[in-house]
Amino acid sequence: MTQFMLSVWHREGEELPTGEEMQEMFTAVDAFNQEVQAAGAWVFGGGLELPDTATVVQTQGTDVSMTDGPFAEAKEQIGGFWIIEAPDLDAALDWARRGSAACRGPVEVRPFQDEPA
Amino acid sequence: MVRVLGDVDLAEDAVADAFAVAAQRWPETGIPPNPGGWITTTARNRAIDRLRRESTRDERHRAAQALVDTELDMDPHPDDDLGDLDVVPDDQLRLMFLCCHPALAPDVQVALTLRLLGGLETPEVARAFLVPEATMAQRIVRAKRKIRANHIAYRIPPAEELPTRLRPVLAAIYLVFNEGHTASSGDELLRADLVTEAIRLGRVLVELLPDEPEPAGLLALMLLTHARSETRTAADGSLVRLADQDRSRWDRALIAEGHMIVRDCIRRDRPGPFQLQAAIAAVHTDAATAADTDWRQIVALYDQLYAQRPDDIVWLNRAVALAEVEGPETALDALSTVHLDDYHLLHATRADLLVRLGRRDDARAAYDRALELVTNDTERRFLLDRRRSLHP
Repeated sequence: MTQFMLSVWHREGEELPTGEEMQEMFTAVDAFNQEVQAAGAWVFGGGLELPDTATVVQTQGTDVSMTDGPFAEAKEQIGGFWIIEAPDLDAALDWARRGSAACRGPVEVRPFQDEPA
Repeated sequence: MVRVLGDVDLAEDAVADAFAVAAQRWPETGIPPNPGGWITTTARNRAIDRLRRESTRDERHRAAQALVDTELDMDPHPDDDLGDLDVVPDDQLRLMFLCCHPALAPDVQVALTLRLLGGLETPEVARAFLVPEATMAQRIVRAKRKIRANHIAYRIPPAEELPTRLRPVLAAIYLVFNEGHTASSGDELLRADLVTEAIRLGRVLVELLPDEPEPAGLLALMLLTHARSETRTAADGSLVRLADQDRSRWDRALIAEGHMIVRDCIRRDRPGPFQLQAAIAAVHTDAATAADTDWRQIVALYDQLYAQRPDDIVWLNRAVALAEVEGPETALDALSTVHLDDYHLLHATRADLLVRLGRRDDARAAYDRALELVTNDTERRFLLDRRRSLHP
């Protein structure tokens, strides 16, 4: 079994859903989460607050810097993620396909490094 | 992929074939003093070379298998998903699906196919695609890392996924075939090897997946295309269009086999893009002379192909056939909806139609545009000749 991160990404300027559409999305994601859990693939997951709520901390020696805002000065920002367990990439991709349908956005699939023996 | 659909019908696309060049050597250099001895020595050297290459390839296959075993993860229960697949699992097949996993980019799929299935060394793969060796090495290293890190399973996909998973495998094999078939430069022996390798992989696919019709279509397409390879260029290396090729020098055995496969595909009645392209090739190879070509049949087949692959290249090829059935004016009109402004063959085709309509100024402009875009030397020479024949 390998752990994969399935991260949801937003592009700057794209319209966020409101009202009824937002509600539909919540319901869909909720249902998806339950499917993952029922299959025993769930490790962790959740949605993140908007990028401007972030803070970047960097420690170099005794110096600690703190910056207001997300790390990447990019148009693309992470919106949330799932950590799942799957036997191989095909299984992880299948979860990603369904997760992308539920949250109506692109999902990046990345494997975790194996723990050193 | 732009070239993939264009090559069969538009004969304005050929380049020197390794065999054609080899056949010229004797007349050019003059008959050697002891022709019998020369032939024997050459033949023996060739046989030794081939043995050396083939044994090296087997070693490479073994090495590649070892690579897969040790560096990549294998599904511990590879056959559990076979279910209704009535096929004995084969490592080559699993390897093909691994190399062509959809999570890998197309150029990575082809590189891996050549490296792990074709047994080519990295420098040879780099030469096949005209990229620097370091670039290709990096591409392959990254691909292996991705396969390993993501635990891509080493198995034949389950039956319901097969048609989808087959598509990149067929595309990769056809790309290898085209590289070998239409190469403009580089190692001639390597080019001939690529064609042989692509056909071999096609045969393996057909043997191991007898219920899938598209691999058969691909194999037929490759056989029928390869059957014409000796006539695609003249002795001086210039392009010979399909209509002008010496059909008596087409390989009849390959054509017979290709036709047999196409007939079988028609019986199965599960048409797909490769089967349709093979059928189009078969209509050409079935004609005793260019004038005997059943162009209506070809247009009908292109209609079916377009329905499956609504693609400007298909539409362009269809227009070429349409000109033979309904005249150049209709074909030119059909091309007005095509958005292939950077494709030299679009302009070359338009030029040809314009010439037939007597619109020489427009034809000249179209040839000029084609010449701006053409990258292949043999094609350029052909287009230049056509442009010059129009006079100022």
